[in-house]
Amino acid sequence: MADEKLLPMSEGLVAFITEWKKKPGNLIMVLHKVQEEYGYIASEVAIEVSRMLEVPLAKIYGVATFYHLFTLKKPGKNKIAVCMGTACYLKGAQDLLDELDTILDCKAGEKTADDMFSITGVRCIGCCGLAPVLTINGKVYGNVKTDQLADLLAPFQNAK
Amino acid sequence: MAYKNFALVCAGTGCHSTDGQEIYDNLIASAEKHGVSGDVQVVKTGCFGFCEQGPIVKVLPEESFYVKVKASDAEEIIAEHIVKGRAVDRLLYKEPGSKTAGKIEDMGFYQKQLRIVLRNCGLINPENIEEYIAREGYQALGKVLTEMSREDVINELKTSALRGRGGAGFPTWMKWNFTKQIDGVDKKFVVCNADEGDPGAYMDRSTLEGDPHSVMEAMAIAAYTIGATQGYIYIRAEYPLAIERLEIAMKQAREFGLLGDNILGTDFSFDIEIRLGAGAFVCGEETALLASIEGERGIPRPRPPFPAVKGLWGRPTLINNVETFANIPMIILKGGAWFASIGTADSKGTKVFALTGKINNSGLIEVPMGTTLREIIYDIGGGIPNGKKFKAVQSGGPSGGMLTAEHLDTPIDYAGLQALGSMMGSGGLIVMDEDDCIVDVVRFYLEFAVDESCGKCSPCRIGGRKLLNIVERMTAGTATEKDLENIEEISDAMKKASLCGLGQTTPNPTLSLIRYFKDEMLAHVHDSSCPAGKCKDLVKYTIDAEKCIGCTLCARRCPVPCISGGKREAHVIDQDACIKCGECYTACKFDAVKKG
Repeated sequence: MADEKLLPMSEGLVAFITEWKKKPGNLIMVLHKVQEEYGYIASEVAIEVSRMLEVPLAKIYGVATFYHLFTLKKPGKNKIAVCMGTACYLKGAQDLLDELDTILDCKAGEKTADDMFSITGVRCIGCCGLAPVLTINGKVYGNVKTDQLADLLAPFQNAK
Repeated sequence: MAYKNFALVCAGTGCHSTDGQEIYDNLIASAEKHGVSGDVQVVKTGCFGFCEQGPIVKVLPEESFYVKVKASDAEEIIAEHIVKGRAVDRLLYKEPGSKTAGKIEDMGFYQKQLRIVLRNCGLINPENIEEYIAREGYQALGKVLTEMSREDVINELKTSALRGRGGAGFPTWMKWNFTKQIDGVDKKFVVCNADEGDPGAYMDRSTLEGDPHSVMEAMAIAAYTIGATQGYIYIRAEYPLAIERLEIAMKQAREFGLLGDNILGTDFSFDIEIRLGAGAFVCGEETALLASIEGERGIPRPRPPFPAVKGLWGRPTLINNVETFANIPMIILKGGAWFASIGTADSKGTKVFALTGKINNSGLIEVPMGTTLREIIYDIGGGIPNGKKFKAVQSGGPSGGMLTAEHLDTPIDYAGLQALGSMMGSGGLIVMDEDDCIVDVVRFYLEFAVDESCGKCSPCRIGGRKLLNIVERMTAGTATEKDLENIEEISDAMKKASLCGLGQTTPNPTLSLIRYFKDEMLAHVHDSSCPAGKCKDLVKYTIDAEKCIGCTLCARRCPVPCISGGKREAHVIDQDACIKCGECYTACKFDAVKKG
């Protein structure tokens, strides 16, 4: 991670933070934007945000660690999110996570050794009619069966 | 230009994420190719509700209801239906057991529904304000600003007897009146709670995606009534499509002078800002939600003072949920008395439910209060798939309770559900069949509640964890009598001493388990067995030697492998090696593999 250049921030991000600095209650909106840009909230970026917003770093971490959506760890190249809403759970979401672990040797909340995939169990994404549902890089796949997973992942595994 | 036909393409998240956008693009391309672009208008609409059959395309004026449409079907719909005027029979929805397609209003799924909140969903293009205006949109705001005093609005709401749709069911008019009565402050706020965190519920998302203006119009009416100038919509970041549609709607409303300064030429000014949640269930609780809008950790604080007195940044704040707001314009236009004529003595109007789980017609439905569970599950929902037996339905998500077969004929309203140990909640209805283990489902809900507890007060933080430990022991077959006694005590403490609704309602699913599924629970505790065969630690697969014909299919499917036996000989499972994956059980064609 050290060899990656995270700073300075992009002009767009700086402009966003400058704009939101004027509004009260801006921290969560700013953290969303940071995560959208980097995929996670890196420590050097958090320090920079703290400086720009004039908010203590402890508060930034307090907020970032409270909310499930924010992550401090860099995700894998391809992000798999398995819906763990009730409807999906009843229809076998846990089996999907187990099968993903078998195929990729990676559990929910982790990332594969080659950084290609990270897997998360997420709260309801609201496509309960399609349960069980998972998303890969934001694209929704519905009515997924465990025996389809290998085929579903293949294009992402090959595209290194 | 007068169009002959309208092709409405469902663009709710369910349909949209499968093929919706491509279907829309292909319909337009095909219409151009066949030179009928002037005859048919292709419209992206909000959710039709019948998600099970999605993606859906509805063609007007014939009301042809095309289901499970693929992107490649667009060409045929244009070439056959629009050009030649012949419906594409193979895509038309047909009721189970029927070979011909009926009218939409005769479909079992829609027959018992009454759409007030969802009145525009699946009918108008949510990205075009003019379509909303054409359906009486913003007329209620106009009426309020020009003809009604602030007291008139409160009185109309009082007559309507509308109660909050977010879960607790507090009378809406009282909330508005409290906030209105506070004087001598520099600012007041209106907040829309769109933090729909209940897993398995998507009513609010669909409303915002399908008809964002109805919620914004109601917020403006609320602002006028209580004397606010700024509104916030607090919405889950997991709902990108709803956020996008809201942003478009807000931009258009500003252009039309329906948001911003001097709305409709009056001296009333009001604007709305979107604030994103970040995945914290507790933020559905109003004081936690306000903390989150302020950019803080979403931790509830004690009430009183209520938000109506001291809310956002210490100012009086009115918080209503999406569905509550969406009812308001119709109440203003048609009158409180009209609204109060629908429903039961205790609960007026309609309720939107997300019907999911083990049900044939998963989807979004809206029914008058007082509709029975039987009507919802069997008439609208089409019953349980694969001929399985209905076991329970969970209403109110992790905060609610189960209803069983004996409650099928109970009319659904606030008081009725509460008497049964459940709650209306925001409207998730999750159906379970005989294959589902209630103990396992309760474990799932407790795991959720423990994960989502903010940790501020100890009854919730510690009590939830203790309950989860007990139920986990049940699923592992190691729970004791003492555990059963402890459940009641812990639950009682949590209900009485937790700071907010999350902790107070966390024990509900567990209490439901004791109340309605005691036998199933005791089987886990006394016999270490899971009757539904779901709890992996307790399941044992065996092969019935009488029934096994020795086809070897199970042995070939077994991943371990732990099944022995030659061709045409009865097979045996090595229990020590078995990983309980259930492959043999699914594979066997002769019903020889037993689970239990």
